[in-house]
Amino acid sequence: MSVRHAILALLSEGPKYGLQLQKEFEASTGEVWPLNIGQVYTTLQRLERDGLVESDETENESPQKGFHITDAGSTELSSWLNTPSDTAAPPRDELVIKVLSALRVPGVSVHDVIQVHRRYLVELMQQWTRLKEDEADFDLTFALVVDAELFRLDSVVRWLDTADGRLKRAASEPPASSTTPRLARRLVVRR
Amino acid sequence: MSFLELRSVSKSYGEGAAEVHAIRHVDLAVECGTLVAVMGRSGSGKSTLLTIAGSLEEPTSGEVAIGGASLRAMSRNDKARLRRRTIGYVFQEFNLLAGLTALENVALPLELDGLAGKKAQAAGMAALEELGLAHRATHYPDEMSGGERQRVAIARAVVGERRLLLADEPSGALDSTNGEAVMRMILTACKRGVAAVVVTHDAQLASWADRVVFLRDGRVVDQTVPPPSPEVLLETSSWSGPRR
Repeated sequence: MSVRHAILALLSEGPKYGLQLQKEFEASTGEVWPLNIGQVYTTLQRLERDGLVESDETENESPQKGFHITDAGSTELSSWLNTPSDTAAPPRDELVIKVLSALRVPGVSVHDVIQVHRRYLVELMQQWTRLKEDEADFDLTFALVVDAELFRLDSVVRWLDTADGRLKRAASEPPASSTTPRLARRLVVRR
Repeated sequence: MSFLELRSVSKSYGEGAAEVHAIRHVDLAVECGTLVAVMGRSGSGKSTLLTIAGSLEEPTSGEVAIGGASLRAMSRNDKARLRRRTIGYVFQEFNLLAGLTALENVALPLELDGLAGKKAQAAGMAALEELGLAHRATHYPDEMSGGERQRVAIARAVVGERRLLLADEPSGALDSTNGEAVMRMILTACKRGVAAVVVTHDAQLASWADRVVFLRDGRVVDQTVPPPSPEVLLETSSWSGPRR
């Protein structure tokens, strides 16, 4: 996740101090992502070095030193917002590798391995859903973050369900049909 | 004490080589005020489990008890009375009667049970009000959205003194926002002391439950342990365990 661009987004509203940026960053993520003040200043220094933000020139290294976004910073922010995240290449997901590996380990039921992970994910989802139960204590940004996490976990559970079903079907079906025509041709030739 | 209890319940259809085991030796206990989700893929036996729990179907073996009373010892009339008074059903397709208004649909099970029309309608209206549907009381099902129809179906399921709510894929084809609203309503009923069982293949719906039971090939293979306080998620500082 890009702290750099999140800070540019906050500065697009107007000039801000470092401490103010830290507090607003945490509030804008439903207070789910912590950000220490050191990380804020390191990021601001790099943004300033790259010409994307400028600091007040009057007060050197004061905690009340203000920052504002430059035109180059606004262009960079707009470009980032409108560029799809790089999800073209499948990640080397550890869970996928575990399920694939379980297929090769003698004496291990891949269905049992899948169930262990399914249960863990659903338990995590139960915990996230508990956070949604009390709507009165549920602000919009926090709701969006919780929904994102629930959908992420749900997609993994769905993959496990699909894998479970595909493996079960494969175990009950005859060998892959792609070999059948070749086998049939050989039989014909032998005759 | 468990309000619904299934003890080693099995159900099979057909005989000999054609015999199909829908569920096998299922044990399930649901306490008052508790929501249990039964999760499984299509064909895992979850709908069969629900119809047996609701006395709509007889098990091949095993025992079902509701409110401490075994269904095996009940006559057909006793079971019918139990279904009218104690059990509420919610189905994926809502199953509302098209020729009746929302209020008439909700009040119908009470009237069938012999309650006077006015009292039944008052109880029906109270159930509709609780689900925010009082303003739709005189509308017919085809005049309502899918989300509203399902809320009417839930009102019908919890109207009166029903103690057991059984729901089969209750969010059906609803979008996730309406699905969430449906689960909130079921949870509200549980907070009043209703015992509820929801069968679903949807992990997001199941995650509203106090306990999730996993069904595979007709057998209970696993269940979640009651989750710890959700604040645990917010105490750590990494994204995999964010804090609030």
